[in-house]
Amino acid sequence: MITVERLTKTYGGFRAVDDVSFTAQPGRVTGFLGPNGAGKTTTMRVMVGLTPPTAGTVTINGRGYHDIPNPGRQVGVLLDASAQHAGRTGREILTVGAKTMGLPLARVDEMLAMVSLSDTESGRRLRNYSLGMKQRLGIAHALLGDPSVLILDEPANGLDPAGIRWMRSLLKGYADRGGTVLLSSHLLHEVELIADEMILIGNGTIVAQGDKASLMAMDGNVSVLASSLDDQALAAALTQRGFSVSPEAQGLRVACAPEEVGRAALEAGVVLTELRSGAAGLEDLFLELTASTQREGNIERTEGAQA
Amino acid sequence: MSTGTSAGETPAPEAPSHRTALDLGDPERRIPLGRLVGVELRKTADTRAGRWLLGIIVGITAAIMVVFFLIADADDRLFGNFIGVAATPQGFVLPVLGILLVTSEWGQRTAMVTFALEPSRTRVIGAKVIAALIWGLGAFVAAIVIAAVVTLLGGAADGFAGLDVSVFVLFLGLQLLTILQGLAYGLIFLNTPAAIVTFFVAPVASQLIFNLVPALRDPAPWLDLATAQQALFTSFGPGGAGLSGEEYAQLGTTALIWIVLPFVAGWIRVMRAELK
Repeated sequence: MITVERLTKTYGGFRAVDDVSFTAQPGRVTGFLGPNGAGKTTTMRVMVGLTPPTAGTVTINGRGYHDIPNPGRQVGVLLDASAQHAGRTGREILTVGAKTMGLPLARVDEMLAMVSLSDTESGRRLRNYSLGMKQRLGIAHALLGDPSVLILDEPANGLDPAGIRWMRSLLKGYADRGGTVLLSSHLLHEVELIADEMILIGNGTIVAQGDKASLMAMDGNVSVLASSLDDQALAAALTQRGFSVSPEAQGLRVACAPEEVGRAALEAGVVLTELRSGAAGLEDLFLELTASTQREGNIERTEGAQA
Repeated sequence: MSTGTSAGETPAPEAPSHRTALDLGDPERRIPLGRLVGVELRKTADTRAGRWLLGIIVGITAAIMVVFFLIADADDRLFGNFIGVAATPQGFVLPVLGILLVTSEWGQRTAMVTFALEPSRTRVIGAKVIAALIWGLGAFVAAIVIAAVVTLLGGAADGFAGLDVSVFVLFLGLQLLTILQGLAYGLIFLNTPAAIVTFFVAPVASQLIFNLVPALRDPAPWLDLATAQQALFTSFGPGGAGLSGEEYAQLGTTALIWIVLPFVAGWIRVMRAELK
């Protein structure tokens, strides 16, 4: 379990992370989601002791990172898959890690097999690796010490669709066996499929957290999109029932539950051709919640904050 | 074996990673320093660049002895002299090894991985210091072995006569000091070119200033590393009288200024450095 309590990190006057608290539970995959520069990486670096916090604490399984005797055996860390010596072979990189942690060398073969890096590939130097291969190697490195907690920064970056699917099932299985997974991403669809729990961060503060259902519920405006063979008649029937109707694209947006539209259509004798939830969806919610932190159209504020 | 150290500690949940038949050892056991040193030694030698550097140290040592063998008079082909000629070239290359031991971790950004596996930066630096000293010792042994071989093959008839142990101690001491100096500059700059350039330029500049400015000539042996170390070369060797107490003190102050203080400054920098 990872517990972040009131974590703040400032650089001069700039608050990179501002009073952030959350937990990542064992048995769950926690997605850490936010636009570039929102403070995800800084938070993760503080977790593993690479950056000292300005205020607040992070504990992993109840201990600060510096108090863990052999951290690689408790926490698997992948912050940057390229942060390895370009002149070392993949196998050598894992060997150095295994030696540090005091693991038998057979563990290296086990991990190489797990991430499907062949003997030829593991014998190549890192500078000849594709980004996807580096990510696989990084995941192997993180899992070397058989840790109970995984902290992964943008692990899907550079993986092809098959690789993303592979990683998803790997992390899912890991969490199902009781592991804690925290992974960050700036891409919602990467996280949405795999994370049981999501933490949305923007501008250094947490803007929302919860599972997918509870995040969707945050979008208070219930509405449906409907189209029919006679939208005018349908609109009239709905207005009569007291729902507000507005035209949208090739149909109508109605502020009510889908069954109300169905009922109105049935009574008015209009044939419905489409009826679906008009909820904004996570993508919109994500953009809306982090809107103030997006770079686009927000330049003055960012400059003001850094001054 | 350590069990939970304090009462309130949460026991680590059972590891959920890929089940393994291997015995991975006790996860609650701290990484022993010896293992960290072993890893540092391995990291010096497991890249092509690293192996080249080690090869160059041995190669240059052998090459300079062969050159000396060819140009020296038969009577001068003494074991002690062979060792002596190796000092200068080794003194050039060994500090680079010390520098790279630190700076390559920053250049290649592996420090992130190293410190994630061993969060105590003091222990990591300690392991690097010990590893650097071991390489220095290795270079010394290589010099001894090559010099012995050269002396046996073609040295003067009494090539091993009149050996003075203090010369060897001096040689080794100097090598270890320069390698530590390199390490210190690496820690300060965390950048290979800057550390190497400073390592080679700063002493020359210093010596120049201390020689050119009349007012500085007197305190030079106390402040300038090269001036202080000159006493070593003149007082040992054939007919040397050893160092006076004052000269030892001068070696001490210059080592403090040029090696110990940079090392402490570099150490503090690494302790505070944020890894990106």
